[in-house]
Amino acid sequence: MTLATVLPVLWFGVIGFGVLMYVLLDGFVLGIGILAPFAEDEHQLDHMMNTAAPIWDGNETWLVLGGAGLLAAFPKAYALLLSTLYLPVLLMLVALIFRGVAFEFRFKATRAKPAWGAAFALGSMFTAFAQGVILGALVEGMPLNGGKYLHGTFGWFSPFSMLTGIALVFGYALLGSTWLILKTEQRMQLIARTLTRPLVLVVVAFMGLVSAWLPFLDSRIMARWFEGGHFWWLAPVPLLALANAFALWRAAMREGRDAAPFILTLSFFVLGFVGLVLGIWPNIIPPTMSIWDAASAPSSQLFLGVGIVFLLPAILGYTYWSYRVFSGKVASDSGYH
Amino acid sequence: MDALLLSRIQFGFVISFHILFPAFTIGLASWLAFVEWRWLRTRDDLWRDVYFFWLKIFAVSFGMGVVSGIVMSFQFGTNWAVLSERAGNILGPLLSYEVLTAFFLEATFLGVMLFGWKRVSDGLHFFATCMVALGTLISTFWIISANSWMQTPQGYTLVNGIFEPASWWAIVFNPSFPYRLAHMVLAAFITTCFVVGGASAWYLRRGVHVEAATRMLKLAVAFAAITVPLQIAVGDAHGLEVGKYQPTKLAAIEGHWRDEGAGDGMPLVLFGVPDQLQERNAYEVAVPRLGSVILTHSWNGSVRPLTAVPASERPPVAPVFYAFRVMVGLGVLMLVLSFASLWAWRRGTLGHSRWVLRGWNWMIPSGFVALLSGWYVNEIGRQPYVVYGLLRTSDAVSPNITAAAVWSSLIVYAVVYAIIFGSGIWYILKLFRVGPVRQPPKDTQGGEKTPARPLSMPDEHVDTHADGTQGARA
Repeated sequence: MTLATVLPVLWFGVIGFGVLMYVLLDGFVLGIGILAPFAEDEHQLDHMMNTAAPIWDGNETWLVLGGAGLLAAFPKAYALLLSTLYLPVLLMLVALIFRGVAFEFRFKATRAKPAWGAAFALGSMFTAFAQGVILGALVEGMPLNGGKYLHGTFGWFSPFSMLTGIALVFGYALLGSTWLILKTEQRMQLIARTLTRPLVLVVVAFMGLVSAWLPFLDSRIMARWFEGGHFWWLAPVPLLALANAFALWRAAMREGRDAAPFILTLSFFVLGFVGLVLGIWPNIIPPTMSIWDAASAPSSQLFLGVGIVFLLPAILGYTYWSYRVFSGKVASDSGYH
Repeated sequence: MDALLLSRIQFGFVISFHILFPAFTIGLASWLAFVEWRWLRTRDDLWRDVYFFWLKIFAVSFGMGVVSGIVMSFQFGTNWAVLSERAGNILGPLLSYEVLTAFFLEATFLGVMLFGWKRVSDGLHFFATCMVALGTLISTFWIISANSWMQTPQGYTLVNGIFEPASWWAIVFNPSFPYRLAHMVLAAFITTCFVVGGASAWYLRRGVHVEAATRMLKLAVAFAAITVPLQIAVGDAHGLEVGKYQPTKLAAIEGHWRDEGAGDGMPLVLFGVPDQLQERNAYEVAVPRLGSVILTHSWNGSVRPLTAVPASERPPVAPVFYAFRVMVGLGVLMLVLSFASLWAWRRGTLGHSRWVLRGWNWMIPSGFVALLSGWYVNEIGRQPYVVYGLLRTSDAVSPNITAAAVWSSLIVYAVVYAIIFGSGIWYILKLFRVGPVRQPPKDTQGGEKTPARPLSMPDEHVDTHADGTQGARA
């Protein structure tokens, strides 16, 4: 066991953690945007946005950490992934721009207010879709020959990646609706509750469809699930996910326990993510680029790893503190005083 | 045009837009920390009004910096895959440290700064402001370190064409880093200073917000009178460093094509039209020996001329040459204005001297233009290399992107940035028109659960009080 063997494994964990944090935290903010069309008026959209306004920027930063961390720890994967997925990444970035500035501009605008509301909704939707497409393309795999990518500019375009794109839009919407149950009351909360049950059904259906499709992909990333008896010790993951979805379904309409649906959605996402990561491991880009192929020099991974050990707990600490500062229900008239 | 040239245009475009906002917010964050500190110490409500006024402008600028910055963090992978693969070992950890030590700090405490006014104590709110200001400076530290390493690389070993770190100390504290860091931080502070002073002068010329504007203008004048001369000194030292490590860049800055005769010293080319093919300057206006004095601090010294290296090793001279003169010219104007303002202050005419106020007003964009010019000198001057002397820009571009794909992204970025930054600047201008209006005391601002959003209160819709009168809150 040398540093060059162990460090990439640890870094796979760190990058995975960063991406998961991003998916969970920006997921619910993007979900609010995806659900924006269900706001009955501008006032209600103000309310929805105000539940996330103080924290969205920190949530989005996990994406930047994912990008920079990938460059630091797995530069070959960073280079290959982003240059082959040029157009979906472009779509994601542009959509993120509109979503992000909408938080500032919409509250500054008078006549243009509905336009920035639309920018918020469409920006969130296309960000989610592009991220789903990127995920789908990654799972499908990037065939290489002598380090060169075999497919062209549209190599990522496939029925499967379109499916994962749409699936993630609904997935984030579910995070958004349960967040709103947690953070709002009365009319707004009722809207969120009413949306949650159908979303649970749709998301479970998409997850089943994607899972059923995986064994048939060329990348065979789920092959391990059915080989050499792995199935039995991996089986708890999908079973737990199903149980989790059932509990979420029941919690969605139950009055009084407003945090439960959101927490159950978070754990549902964690289980789906774990299942996916177990399938991809030990590749970072299926079907052939392993974490050791893509890893940077041990001195790079070590230098940053030392910082991570101290800084990540600090970041999680003050992030937790800021959520505490803004905890509790957000009143519907917030931002109006 | 091929994917390489288009990628270069795109990178230049997105980073030029991006840098304007961090440059402004680096200075603004420290300014806000100063203003809030004064309010805490004096409890003079005028300071609080000034704080909230700049806080709104800060929020919009910071937002635009964030969204254009995310584009930057993926740009290396999408368009410069070979650079990422070869230098990722070194640049990746530096950029990741920027995220870990600065971006999270800024983003999290910005939320408290903007929305936590009534949820945390005054002291804690001030702490949040300080953390944001600290975050902007830490961010500058890492990104300038990464850029400087690409300008003056050291502390690495080359293994199969890949830069592997050998000494992180040598990498982070590479030779050009201290100069560039000092130059950039001062540039950001000066940029903000001229916006603060310029806006104040504008209010004074119109006779609105007089008390706040006078206070801010005096601070701007004092700050400029100290930092502008300091910046000129730092720039001079930076120039000497460039002469040592990147002599070809310095020769391009000076339009210095070939050596003079022995003992003649080097002239200072004030103006000319550099001609890359003919290897000379047309219409040259030069002062004998002044180049030697400035660049080598001696009477006979000289720097290595452009023709000492093959044409394929030279940067495009004209843009470097012109951009440098724009930067220095603006620096001189800033110096003149700050000393003239000091003089007016001494004579007690600062608040109503027409020419001084007009000067500050006109100089509002000066910091931004000077800063961009300086970066053009830095970045065009290092061509044809992206890692100086080691990796050519033409070898760093992604191999698997097509010209059509980069055309489409370039057009998309141009359109989107025009909309976003056009709107953003429009909203900032509207905030300037409203000016620092009176804020209500803390305990009358809304209900218990309200996240006190100082920047989005509908009764302060920024176009409703264009006359800048006080008491805007209904």
